Amino acid sequence: MARAALPNRLTWQPATVAATRTETGTARTLVLAVAGWTGHVPGQHVDVRLTAPDGYTAYRSYSISSAPAPGLLEVTVQAVTGGEVSPYLVEVAEPGDQLEIRGPLGGWFIRRPADSRPALLVGGGSGVAPLMSMVRAATNPTRLLYSTRSPSDALFSADLASAEAAGGGRVAVTRVYTRAVPPGWPAAPRRLDADTLARVAWPREADAVAFVCGPTGFVETVADLLVDIGHDPANIRTERFGPTGG
Amino acid sequence: MAVISRGFGGRRRDDANLPPGQYRTDDFPVLSAGPTPRINLDTWELAVITEAGERSTWSWAEFTALPADQPTVDIHCVTHWSKFGTRWRGVAVDTLLADVESAADYVVAHSYGGYTTNMPLEDLLDGQAWVAYEFDGEPLTPVHGGPARLLVPHLYFWKSAKWLRALELRLDDEPGFWETAGYHNDGDPWREQRYQTD
Repeated sequence: MARAALPNRLTWQPATVAATRTETGTARTLVLAVAGWTGHVPGQHVDVRLTAPDGYTAYRSYSISSAPAPGLLEVTVQAVTGGEVSPYLVEVAEPGDQLEIRGPLGGWFIRRPADSRPALLVGGGSGVAPLMSMVRAATNPTRLLYSTRSPSDALFSADLASAEAAGGGRVAVTRVYTRAVPPGWPAAPRRLDADTLARVAWPREADAVAFVCGPTGFVETVADLLVDIGHDPANIRTERFGPTGG
Repeated sequence: MAVISRGFGGRRRDDANLPPGQYRTDDFPVLSAGPTPRINLDTWELAVITEAGERSTWSWAEFTALPADQPTVDIHCVTHWSKFGTRWRGVAVDTLLADVESAADYVVAHSYGGYTTNMPLEDLLDGQAWVAYEFDGEPLTPVHGGPARLLVPHLYFWKSAKWLRALELRLDDEPGFWETAGYHNDGDPWREQRYQTD
């Protein structure tokens, strides 16, 4: 397996909130300026550390949603009700505020630009964040299947439309809505099913790699369906978040 | 000197059971690198393989007939969550190794699905590790590593390989899946050994 693109030494680095973008009613993208940041591999994440004035600290991991760039990265955060870090990042932090990050991290759920295989990206809810980084940096054929409850829950709507338009056919986006569809949408709300996956997925001979990210139940279902329709489990990479109730 | 995040209050918890950099959760998050493997109990087998290549194997019936412990332990994931007081049922690794002849210092745990993780053998002995098949009084569910997983609560939880298939005893150390993908080779949460350079 490929080794991770790790810097020589992972240390906490100060990051300054350079800008924020509201994505939905409960999600926000923070643009972070980090001196000496050399970029990341799409799919990687960072650890974020907040320190209160009394010295108390809290840590969480967030996927990087931007394309690799020196000096800047973006994380897209969905506020978790009752959470400790995400509500601060979504509702409180303002440009000029400081926090600390460590990374980039992760050597598995990544898509290297040199990998010429076509990719199927399947995202549920805010699980689309690391996939957005892959879409923005895509140099090879990339299909994104994005499931949200409703259009107002969808992240990156404008960015995905421009990535598709700018991609010259390289990037294709298919949407699934599970609770409410946009006006004029040709289908009723429904969960991502085997038929939709089979229609969007690359044929077996394409030797595609699949990245699935979202809540645990979503990822479990999609990964299972991909195996059902003939994908080699070794070519399915997953990242799960959220509780299982187990 | 730490960077202060303006407006961040946090919720201080003076909890001696929480290793550095961890927060407490009452959920049970799932982290896996790929699809949950499909495992048939009729063909399931657990193996201990020595450095000489000798195999001891247990079928599901044989394995679940072994003397079992019911440890209640705290678990710590490298992604910063800790879960306190988790209740398991499983066979101590000591029991599985009781009749095995080996001079090995290291172990590689092999999973159904291809995952691997390595650790010193002494981390698995003396009542520190189990092959668990029940959680909270119920059969261990597939997303949490069922039918049986390694349970090494004093190390970060990526060492507690899900869907355990074999324990390979080795004279030398052989880094596993996450250990070759940037994670620390040892993974002690109390020393915050998360990544290779920690």
